Amino acid sequence: MTTADLIGKILQLLMGLAVFAVIVGLLIFLIDKAPKKGRDYWQLVGFLAPALILLAIGLVYPAFRTFGLSFLDKGGNFTWDNFVWAFTQPSAIRTLINTVIWVALVPTVSTVLGLAYAVFIDKSRGERIYKALVFMPMAISFVGAGIIWKFVYEYKSAGREQIGLFNAIVVAFGGDPVQWLQTDPLNTFLLILVMIWIQTGFAMVVLSAAIKGIPTEQIEAAQLDGTNAWQRFRNVTVPGIRGSLVVVLTTISIATLKVFDIVRTMTAGNFNTSVVANEMYTQAFRASEVGRGSALAIILFVLVMPIVIYNVNVLRKQREIR
Amino acid sequence: MRSRVNRRLLAGIAAASVAAIALAGCTGDIANEDSGDVDCAPYDSYGTFEGKSVTIGGTILDLEADRLQQAWKDFASCTGIKISYQGSSEFEAQIAVLAEGGNAPDIGIVPQPGLLARLAAGGWLIPASKGVEDNVDKWWSPDWKQYGSYDGTFYAAPLMASIKGYVWYSPSTFKDKGYEVPKTLDELKSLSEKIAATGEKPWCVGLESGEATGWPGTDWIEDFVLRQAGPDVYDQWVTHEIPFNDPQIVKAFDSVGEYLKNPDMVNGGIGDVSTQISEAFQTAGLPILDGTCTMHHQASFYETFWNPDGGDANTVAPDGTVWAFLLPPVNEDDPQAVTGGGEFPVAFRDAEEVEAVRTFLASDTWANNRVKLGGVISANKGVDSSNASSELLKQSIEILQDPNTTFRFDGSDLMPGAVGTDSFWKGIVAWVGGQSTQATVDAIESSWPTS
Repeated sequence: MTTADLIGKILQLLMGLAVFAVIVGLLIFLIDKAPKKGRDYWQLVGFLAPALILLAIGLVYPAFRTFGLSFLDKGGNFTWDNFVWAFTQPSAIRTLINTVIWVALVPTVSTVLGLAYAVFIDKSRGERIYKALVFMPMAISFVGAGIIWKFVYEYKSAGREQIGLFNAIVVAFGGDPVQWLQTDPLNTFLLILVMIWIQTGFAMVVLSAAIKGIPTEQIEAAQLDGTNAWQRFRNVTVPGIRGSLVVVLTTISIATLKVFDIVRTMTAGNFNTSVVANEMYTQAFRASEVGRGSALAIILFVLVMPIVIYNVNVLRKQREIR
Repeated sequence: MRSRVNRRLLAGIAAASVAAIALAGCTGDIANEDSGDVDCAPYDSYGTFEGKSVTIGGTILDLEADRLQQAWKDFASCTGIKISYQGSSEFEAQIAVLAEGGNAPDIGIVPQPGLLARLAAGGWLIPASKGVEDNVDKWWSPDWKQYGSYDGTFYAAPLMASIKGYVWYSPSTFKDKGYEVPKTLDELKSLSEKIAATGEKPWCVGLESGEATGWPGTDWIEDFVLRQAGPDVYDQWVTHEIPFNDPQIVKAFDSVGEYLKNPDMVNGGIGDVSTQISEAFQTAGLPILDGTCTMHHQASFYETFWNPDGGDANTVAPDGTVWAFLLPPVNEDDPQAVTGGGEFPVAFRDAEEVEAVRTFLASDTWANNRVKLGGVISANKGVDSSNASSELLKQSIEILQDPNTTFRFDGSDLMPGAVGTDSFWKGIVAWVGGQSTQATVDAIESSWPTS
């Protein structure tokens, strides 16, 4: 690329921004000049339309197209084969099982850990520092975390210098290095550990804030009633943060169902570690089996849907109570 | 208040200038448009296309991309065609999407016949013009032409080539220990057993390659299928005329298994059999240098991996640090059969200037230009092998040009993506990890797409 090219590209960018500004300005101007009768309606349409059109192009249309593609073979004929494949091929079934393991472990473990940590450090000295320590992994992208942990699990055969932390420790204590990421089914749990490492910080911060929102009167009343710490936690704290717990659990569940980056960076789905989102990409873009990829996308969608609906329902109920 | 506004303005200007300087760092100098002292005689026959431009996309990156562009620079300045090349490591995944959306480059340098077939089946490719076809008939073997064709129509000429199936070794080790370069597969076996009897593991193997983990193993299988069962069975195998779990393929797996699944044979200098899947293919051959491994099976491109820290301490030559022999045939006087790879520049736009560029890319002029710049070879019969940048590449060109050589494209590149870039790789990993041959080939067979 030459300097001239670069200047050209910057000019192009500025032109684009200018055109965008002109269009938005024109739109606002026209809406403002809309006839008095039904002006509210025109304004509503004017401001919502761009977002709705973009949503339709970028989300709704692809969703329907993916749904359609999942029922087509390569020749464009209707077929059930893609779904049959997803539920009969051993490797595809393994993918589904792995996803179930992920969803069973990541939300529960990271919420429990995050909650315990939040309770223990609550009102302690240096709380902010303790919080920052656990929250920090949240600031690292999944890909970054995957690369970091790939080094932690790195394997070099016995006799050579171990550059992976885990194996360095194992060897220091006289053991033989372990192929962490290549050993099935251990590897899936080691990948899950990475996700938990990231999500615990999220759970901790949200739950810590919720705990602080519990009225002190309730805690004091419980204390006067002669409860011990566990009873107070069980009967006062947990019911008090129930809404936040649900939000944390469902948010992490959805993130876990969609997990792709960690698996792809660390094992690329090899050694029986693949999950639905990773397999979807592999099938659609590497194996060029668009139908199979779409079928997996639909399965993922069906799996995520109930959690989203539950989440929305809980939030709505809470609003009603308030 | 006023001073704050000024400060903000100042900060903004400062940030903008920093960004501008940083961005200027990304650019090269203003392109030097030199066309003064070029000998245009070889390019006269293509005519002139003032003001026309051709865009090319491909997987070739960095130094290789610079050399690619340098090889057609004179052609571009003599014919007046402005050729712009853009390389991307995601090219293979994107090209079908781009073609469907009508945004493909004029020419796509496709590295797999399977992808070419998929694009042709989609109806997006322009068949090759007569000029391209004449060049291919003149300069390439029919084996190669067939890989640029789909359903009887010829779409693209080959560009460059690589040879797989080399066995790397240290000439000095062989000399010191009195080993002979084997001439048949049986000799290779007995040599390996002889070395194993001394307590050393003769072979070092690395299958790890990120998401493509397992592919070096597929090269082993392909080499054995081609040598043991012959080119006809090989063709039937990759086109699924015989199933993946055919007994002849099972035999190739079992023969390879005598090396890769045998704890006496692998993994020299690295560890036990299981270390193959965690050893990166880039570093797997290096134990040869310290004598803990004797042989390593890998393609010609492994030449550039022998000096992992840069420099040229380890030389690749018959009398150098390392050298390679082709995996031998079954019988000593069998014709040489090799597997390998190459690229095909396919056209997405029907225009004279595009075909002029493609005709040029199919010519001996271009092939010699490119080979001279180093690092690659071509199966073009017009290439003077003395132009090659190394002993190994020179030998590779001679093998490819030998009319008795049977050339077959890397099988996993010819199979459907679901097999060639997925289940075959994963099958190798599971198989080396202890799965039986029959279970492995059955699993791969069942993943073969039905339509």
